[in-house]
Amino acid sequence: MSSPRLSRLGDYAWLVTFEPRVDAETSARVLDLAAWVVAQRWAGVRDVVPALTSVAVHLSPECAEAGEVQRRLAEHLAQHTAARDAEGPVIEIAVSYGGPDGPDLAAVADAVQLEPDEVVRRHCAVTYRVFMLGFLPGFPYLGPVDPSIQVPRLAVPRARVPAGSVGVAGQQTGIYPRESPGGWQIIGRTSEVLFDAARTPPARLMPGDRVRLVPLAAPSPHEAA
Amino acid sequence: MRTLVVERPGLLTTVQDEGRWGLQHLGVPVSGWMDDWSARLANRLAGNADGEALLEVTWLGPALRAEGAMSIAIAGAVFDVSVGGYRTRTPLACPVGDGATIEFGERHRGTRAYLAVTGGIAVVPVLGSRATDIRSGLGGLDGRRLQRGDRLPVGGSAYGGVDSLRNLPSPSWLSEEPRLRVLRASDDSSCNEQHFLRLCHAQYRLAAASDRTGYRLMADRPLPQAEGSLISQPVVTGAIQLPPGGSPLLLMADRQTTGGYAVVAVVAAADLPLAGQLGPGDSCRFVPCTWDQAREAAADRARALDAIAARIG
Repeated sequence: MSSPRLSRLGDYAWLVTFEPRVDAETSARVLDLAAWVVAQRWAGVRDVVPALTSVAVHLSPECAEAGEVQRRLAEHLAQHTAARDAEGPVIEIAVSYGGPDGPDLAAVADAVQLEPDEVVRRHCAVTYRVFMLGFLPGFPYLGPVDPSIQVPRLAVPRARVPAGSVGVAGQQTGIYPRESPGGWQIIGRTSEVLFDAARTPPARLMPGDRVRLVPLAAPSPHEAA
Repeated sequence: MRTLVVERPGLLTTVQDEGRWGLQHLGVPVSGWMDDWSARLANRLAGNADGEALLEVTWLGPALRAEGAMSIAIAGAVFDVSVGGYRTRTPLACPVGDGATIEFGERHRGTRAYLAVTGGIAVVPVLGSRATDIRSGLGGLDGRRLQRGDRLPVGGSAYGGVDSLRNLPSPSWLSEEPRLRVLRASDDSSCNEQHFLRLCHAQYRLAAASDRTGYRLMADRPLPQAEGSLISQPVVTGAIQLPPGGSPLLLMADRQTTGGYAVVAVVAAADLPLAGQLGPGDSCRFVPCTWDQAREAAADRARALDAIAARIG
């Protein structure tokens, strides 16, 4: 395993980049480092942001010790080359697939040459990992998606994706916490509130959490007839 | 409670402060004022702490009526303004009588002005900040821009601030075409020194689709292409992204917490106030600087703020 890279991101942030590989092992190292930095309680650190394969440490302008932060980060990275991945409980999110809730399900099924029900089955068969939150407050990047149902983003993003929409894009699947423009293909929708500023913590899902998507029973073909 | 009543909202007037720090790991943007230097100046002139919430006025200013006597200060973009019928020009600090109206008129330079009230705009903080983040629907007044009829509570006591009109010299740093100092971003296979040097040779104009999230920059000459979609990584305000085939994006206050385009450079924090004064149609250039130079420039800006604020003290 190659050693992580420590670089500057402007004059008030440090960026640690691990191997460019989106998987649970790299993610565990990312989250382990982020948790360690937070636990150090360094004065002047105002944000520690874990992403898919990297961590940013944002410093306040009053923080005169940017060099000191760099030295300690480098020291820690040299000593810690593996991470323990604490496995939390599996969080279940109920999703209504297809129809108006998942307008792109049929197109996704066509693209991967499977029946829509099979796409749903495979989308729900995986215990996902929350790799990071980003794009919107509380938007979880879940993965990895079953390779047999991976599809690209929409060529032209939608102007409005409703809150709760479940989208897929490459090896990631995600949930829109609020209405927003968006380019992921929408295959379902949940009524779970993913972000609420009045709640502690405000985000329903946290980086490192494990998530299972549970399909809400669709009306049977007989009833629908 | 003393209140500012919105009689005319202006184009994009929002409550802002230093931003919603400490929550980027949850995907919560920092947001906050676009021109940190002018916002702090307005607060100091109003006798506030640097981080107090104030109003960011964009392009076309508002008209606000004071309920209760208060004291205000306006800095940043230069506007004609009338206070209680008296016509003057920003930057200024002045008392406002009960029932008097603060009316923004013609804009002369810059894009964003900052109106601080002694005691601060006392809307309820959301996740530790009063900053309005429209895209996330957080902070300010219901996470949105001001509308006619809105009532903004003013905090603190009626004391403090100036007791007569004080005009300040026009900010000489508000340039027609600022040269923003930039730091080379992390060394990356997707984006190399050639990208950085070519970035610093072009002149840029802000496209219409430039807002608090970021500026789309139209270069006067072709730029080298960077690698396409990368693995999303954390970004900072001032980061200059190179989307494939597109024009560079300069990320500003309402930026997302992460981004998937190659970052070629980052504007030095000391020059972010200059960037924050740009609007669609304005031009800028980028000049390379070192980290030591960036730190020195930040210290210079802080000293300049102390010096100008001391004049009114």
